[in-house]
Amino acid sequence: MDKEKFFTPSGEEDDRVDGIEKVTGRAKYTADHKPENMVYAVFVTSTIARGAIKNLQLSDAKNAPGVLEILSHLNCPPVPGYQPWAKDPNKKGFEWRGLKPFQNNLVWYYGQPIALVVALTWEKAVKAAALVKAEYVAEVAETDFEKFRTDPSRLKPSGEYKRGEADAFKKAEVFVEREYHTPIETHNPIELHATIAVWDGDDKLTVYDKSQGPKGTQSELARNFGLDEKNVRVISKFVGGAFGSALRSWPHVPAACIAAKMVKRPVRLQLTRRQMFTMVGYRPMAWQYIAIGASREGKLTGITHHAVSITSRYEDFREGIVNASQYLYDCPNVNTSYKILPQDVNTPTWMRGPGEATGAFALESALDELAYKLNMDPVELRIKNYAELHPVNKLPWTSKFLKECYDKGRELVGWSKRPAVPRTLTEDGKLIGYGMGGGVFGASRGTAAVKAVLNSEGKLTLYSAVSDMGPGTATAMVRIAAGVMQMPASGIRFLLGDTEFPPGPTQGGSTTTSTVGTAVSMVCETLKAQLIELAQKSPGFSGLSTEELACGNETVYAKKDESKKISLGALVTASGKPQLEILKETGPDPAVRSKYAMNSFSAHFVKVAVDPVTGAIELKKIVCTGDGGKIVSPKTARSQMIGGAVGGIGMALTEEALIDTQTGKYLTDTLGTYHVPRHRDVPFIDTWFPDKPDLLINPMGSKGVGEIALIGFAAAVANAVYNATGKRVNRLPIKPGMLV
Amino acid sequence: MKYLEVQLMHMEKHSPDCPGESRRNFIKQTTALTALTVVPSVLVKAGEQHEAIASFLEKTPLQLEVNGKTVQVLVDPGVSLLDMLREQLGLTGTKKGCDQGHCGACIVHVDGKRVNSCLSEAAEHNGKKITTIEGLANGDQLHPVQEAFIKHDAFQCGYCTPGQIMSAVACIRDGQANTPDEIREYMSDNICRCGAYPNIVAAILEAKKSGQKI
Repeated sequence: MDKEKFFTPSGEEDDRVDGIEKVTGRAKYTADHKPENMVYAVFVTSTIARGAIKNLQLSDAKNAPGVLEILSHLNCPPVPGYQPWAKDPNKKGFEWRGLKPFQNNLVWYYGQPIALVVALTWEKAVKAAALVKAEYVAEVAETDFEKFRTDPSRLKPSGEYKRGEADAFKKAEVFVEREYHTPIETHNPIELHATIAVWDGDDKLTVYDKSQGPKGTQSELARNFGLDEKNVRVISKFVGGAFGSALRSWPHVPAACIAAKMVKRPVRLQLTRRQMFTMVGYRPMAWQYIAIGASREGKLTGITHHAVSITSRYEDFREGIVNASQYLYDCPNVNTSYKILPQDVNTPTWMRGPGEATGAFALESALDELAYKLNMDPVELRIKNYAELHPVNKLPWTSKFLKECYDKGRELVGWSKRPAVPRTLTEDGKLIGYGMGGGVFGASRGTAAVKAVLNSEGKLTLYSAVSDMGPGTATAMVRIAAGVMQMPASGIRFLLGDTEFPPGPTQGGSTTTSTVGTAVSMVCETLKAQLIELAQKSPGFSGLSTEELACGNETVYAKKDESKKISLGALVTASGKPQLEILKETGPDPAVRSKYAMNSFSAHFVKVAVDPVTGAIELKKIVCTGDGGKIVSPKTARSQMIGGAVGGIGMALTEEALIDTQTGKYLTDTLGTYHVPRHRDVPFIDTWFPDKPDLLINPMGSKGVGEIALIGFAAAVANAVYNATGKRVNRLPIKPGMLV
Repeated sequence: MKYLEVQLMHMEKHSPDCPGESRRNFIKQTTALTALTVVPSVLVKAGEQHEAIASFLEKTPLQLEVNGKTVQVLVDPGVSLLDMLREQLGLTGTKKGCDQGHCGACIVHVDGKRVNSCLSEAAEHNGKKITTIEGLANGDQLHPVQEAFIKHDAFQCGYCTPGQIMSAVACIRDGQANTPDEIREYMSDNICRCGAYPNIVAAILEAKKSGQKI
């Protein structure tokens, strides 16, 4: 491959390939579809957090105008895939397979679906749903995380790690220790989760679904409904944000399918905003304890990190809260432990930057605190403990340009103006502070297949079942293909979000560009080789070797005499086939995996101004730097980085979902009470990437930036707030009242 | 009776939810139909007994201008302007993000003013002029704000974008796009969960400064 010429030919626009559809309203998201004869479904949800349904009074609702059916545990038809579980409902052998809707009368949390009303219009379904009355046998529910997180009998150990000596910080010359608290955070993408189920007879199912993984949803539905996978089609062409909430299919997906089967009509089930808090996961509330010890010179000698996070009683959810503490810095002695606390709540799930974002708040805050204690610059402390080898497996990294991120971040934010002593710098009567925090996330590559079709007009179409929740997968893929083919991006389309296309991965964990991009790159390389071979058979090209020919500008040409060329379209025609079709599947490279550690890294820098009277926090400057390898699509990668920072602003300053511990009900269950960042909360944001290709990971050299964009950001804000005010905040979100 | 006939015609034309169904049910209830012509009290009683008549009688006929075209539509009581646009007129560019007036994804222009269409009853809009995201471009020629959104990558997933763009146009037209802070304040009713805010502000500033007619 011609590395210099990689990515789109220079000078070409790098706008999103689906931009026009998105700005004109033509982009069709799940609930925008309306198959013929479609009817509407609305959930009725539980008003207790634990117990059983004694009686469901359905007659009023059934008689309400326009109602076709009410689905509940009283009439739910058998779902083949649920049967092994239903036989033994008390067995917890169903981890990760989720709540099975309407299989019995048990209530696991407040807001659980207990019935589904299907009616001719959405309004009629809403009205009827309000008429369903449930009587319960209620049990005492536990939703108070703070109260029970210290009770060993309730905790489930979920992993321990030790290298060197445990609790070595206790012997250190200097150490810090502190507890950290993070609340439930909800993804709340602006698109409400929705599913439209369309049955064709008893054995063919088409589902429009908001999904980060159409293939995963397809196989789950096939398993549950006892269908051949090829008879289940899942379509997710446009996904209106997700941030993890659509990584798996939640109970509303099978519920829509069951209902559609019962009424023998297509059914659309769109969650309400309230239900977005109780049905599609959240970032679990967590408690952390972290202690770090160092020599007086600032060399780390011991890190101890313990964490407990909440999960539901019907599923165990775990994430990597303590993982980065094991390997982000060079430290001989590290011990970590992680436990989960099952309570009467819905199941959490990965939310952008998953556990690492929670853990980084503690780790990066603690390092900042240590730096003050050592009288050291926090960045210098990190550079002093820079890990050259992965501290857990002692492997070298495929690439690591974190130092470059530190340097550029300091320069762009104006780090030299940072006061060494907190609460000593003011501007316009406000307390000014600078802070930073770093992040790390895995940069692995998975399995994907991509089909390339080149038609006789020389236009290239690529197909993959992967979906795109917003970062710009199709844009990046088109750029990769344009780079390999050396043709304009305008001649290439990347079609996604449909299980009729070759299998693509679930979009998550910052792996899509790496995984699908590799398949795109390989399929285009194969296509290019075929085209060159076809050219060699063409008149005027005989005698020219493969090396003497190249692809470019929609032609194959002779390198020595560029006027000697033949168009791609003509080569397709010459092949005698209507079009050239190639399918290529690629997967991880085990050889690289066994020899190297693979990670993306970030460093976020923030300048804040705090009102000394009110405690109001204003973000004056934000700089996000990230080593995501080669940046395939600079415009969209920048947007992704900015988006991560905005998520970080929410985590740091605004977002907190509260559950009433008496009833188990969410107190913050609207976007009016659960505060996500708005325009007025977000200044302009600087981003910077080292943009160094990591060719050990994939042919593009790309590592992914989705998670590192957020990980470490909240700590950067908290550290800046400390620098401004001298107050160390260990509980998110940071509120003005904490600072006065 | 003329009014009812007109409504019947409408029912056939404008019941995409269940084509033909209301009409069929209605015809089934021929006794009730006869009753309609007799006494109003009988009519009410018939309405109670026959769901089709009841739902038909409670519909409100509207005539409004949507994206420059005159549209006649029959709406159920309680149907929001948002759901009417999406479900009855098929204009799905306007999005439902919360149905509570918190997110701004549903913002459209009513007689030139921005409105949360989810909080607005469809039945109140007889005779009004509605512009949705679908009505902003001039054929294939994008509106300057749409162009600027693409140029500045002022979105990721695109779901809040129609609402952001409709608000942005109103922001410029209302003379509230002079500084980044002014724009941020005006636009704070529109949530972008992907966090494209800085790019949206940049796009609005550029569209404003371009001097083109917004």
